[in-house]
Amino acid sequence: MSTPPAQPSTIDREAALVARLRTGDDAAYEELVRDQGGRMLSVARRLVRDEDEARDVVQEAFLSAFRSIGSFEAQSRLSTWLHRIVVNTALMRLRKRKTRRETSIDDLLPKFSGDGGFAAKPSAWGEESSTASEREEDRAAVREAIEKLPEIYRTVLLLRDVEGLSTDETAKVLDVTPNATKVRLHRAHQALKTLLDSRFSEAAP
Amino acid sequence: MTCQELTEFLDAWVHGELPAAQRVEFERHQKECPECVSYTNAYRRTVELGRKAFECPDDRIPEKIPDELVKSVLAARKVRSQERT
Repeated sequence: MSTPPAQPSTIDREAALVARLRTGDDAAYEELVRDQGGRMLSVARRLVRDEDEARDVVQEAFLSAFRSIGSFEAQSRLSTWLHRIVVNTALMRLRKRKTRRETSIDDLLPKFSGDGGFAAKPSAWGEESSTASEREEDRAAVREAIEKLPEIYRTVLLLRDVEGLSTDETAKVLDVTPNATKVRLHRAHQALKTLLDSRFSEAAP
Repeated sequence: MTCQELTEFLDAWVHGELPAAQRVEFERHQKECPECVSYTNAYRRTVELGRKAFECPDDRIPEKIPDELVKSVLAARKVRSQERT
């Protein structure tokens, strides 16, 4: 997640909070959970897509953070540190869940003829939405389309484009190479484009 | 450069990571291929739409954590610290 640079007051406030956490101050723990928990729950909900599991993930992430508060380095932001922990915890949960058969993404990728040209003419998209309510409808449609992506593509897109992890960070949490991460993200974008064609193409009603 | 090859470079192009020599080829192909112009525009918008999909208009107000989850986290902390002592 890209966090804006901290103002000195935020840094001082965080340093004071970390110092209190390290002494085991109960009120400091509650302050941390109330301050950061909402954002962490949003991340967990996006990744695991189940309310009960998302709450479990947040709890597990906080407990893991509490255990390692001693090793928290003052130069990072608490929110960024907790964001990484909740992402990792959610991904561990997704890995454990792997019972669902992965669907193929091939049908959503563009097809090419023997000479390397498009087998079917790509649809041209119309004008971008101009009103706030149209843009909100667009966001809902895009969220719905992201949900339709096969799991490994949905995850890589969320980590890179929504959670703001770098290619290397994403590769590390997914336990794949940076190159494999780039290939997956590219396929995820291509597939998402195909899923959105019907909504955004000029020919759309 | 063919249309198929161009699509392979799209992500690098969108992220501004395409090396100069390939960028020249990429842009040359686009000048003569309206299909790739359509595909590239839609792809670029897809990436932007994906990034914005979870933004809320009132994003400045962070979502609140439900009270029962706060209590559950704090209670679990107590249990864990008692287990360790």
